[in-house]
Amino acid sequence: MSDFTEEQIHRYARHIILPEVGGIGQEKLLKAKVLALGAGGLGSPVLQYLAAAGVGTLGVIDFDVVDMSNLQRQVIHNADTVGELKVDSAKRFIEKLNPDIKVNAINGHLNSANAIDIIKDYDIVVDGSDNFPTRYLVNDACVFTNRPNVHGSIFRFEGQVTVFAPGDGPCYRCLYPEPPPPGMVPSCQEGGVLGVLPGVVGSLQAVEVIKLIIGKGEPLIGRLLLYDALKTEFRKLTLRKDKNCPVCGDEPTITELIDYEQFCGMPAIEV
Amino acid sequence: MAKVTVRIPTPLQKITGSKGQVDAEGNNVKDMFTNLEKQYPGIWERVYDEKNTLRRFINIYVNEEDIRFLDGENTALKDGDDISVIPAIAGG
Repeated sequence: MSDFTEEQIHRYARHIILPEVGGIGQEKLLKAKVLALGAGGLGSPVLQYLAAAGVGTLGVIDFDVVDMSNLQRQVIHNADTVGELKVDSAKRFIEKLNPDIKVNAINGHLNSANAIDIIKDYDIVVDGSDNFPTRYLVNDACVFTNRPNVHGSIFRFEGQVTVFAPGDGPCYRCLYPEPPPPGMVPSCQEGGVLGVLPGVVGSLQAVEVIKLIIGKGEPLIGRLLLYDALKTEFRKLTLRKDKNCPVCGDEPTITELIDYEQFCGMPAIEV
Repeated sequence: MAKVTVRIPTPLQKITGSKGQVDAEGNNVKDMFTNLEKQYPGIWERVYDEKNTLRRFINIYVNEEDIRFLDGENTALKDGDDISVIPAIAGG
């Protein structure tokens, strides 16, 4: 056993008695460093559950301030934090929930200049961003730094979850080699989103993060989980590594971060 | 011709009259979309680009397999196949 405090043994008792977690797994969680991209719909449950689980270092990056229209789904924020920076609001929630957690609140945009520097300080990245330029940026930065990227994305009543693990499975570009042209896929802002949907999808991402940290179960690598809230249906599709992938294929043509706004023909406005 | 079902993603359901699943026929994937276009005009150009190649942000799965790792649009279909059209979504 490790040097848990009495309070920690009490707090994490339900984990510690699980054979798959145990004291060893809980210690791994406390030592783990996870970066959440976005403190929005997906980032909320991701941060809440990872904080509750005792993931020792949580980074959160977001540039936005809490708006009343966020509260329908971004449950880490509340009416009192409307107008505050999302990262500050999220940090306060986490610190109240679990004082074991060190929170790195990064107010700003992830971009080609800072992504590698930020990501390299973490073991795992959770992508809860909300635009294509950031999705491709996160992917490439994770491939270059060899960090698993626990991906979640949502639209109206549908969600997609997968784990991109460099070396072990496909990356985001293997799945979607190119982004849709601007305007072809509406954003949540334009198309709406069921408030609970990111709760389901973000919670699934949190589960995958914990599995990766404790090294148990079968991580969602090489499989795309689709959730259809209207049909109450979960399906899994097979994802394969594309040997022609420009970042992780046999002969990569992209070997450093590029201009993702130009690549996608759209600004990364909403992260 | 093989009779298959096609799952239509939310962004394309405007074309199918809000239907999330439609019946279609075709001996291969391209054939199936050609037939589907007659039934639901407009669907072709959402899945194929102006050069008539499959768009690279939409994946087509036959049962659980991505056709890019089968025979692409020439992937043969058989009765009862479950076709999924899965576009990239970015919301978070």
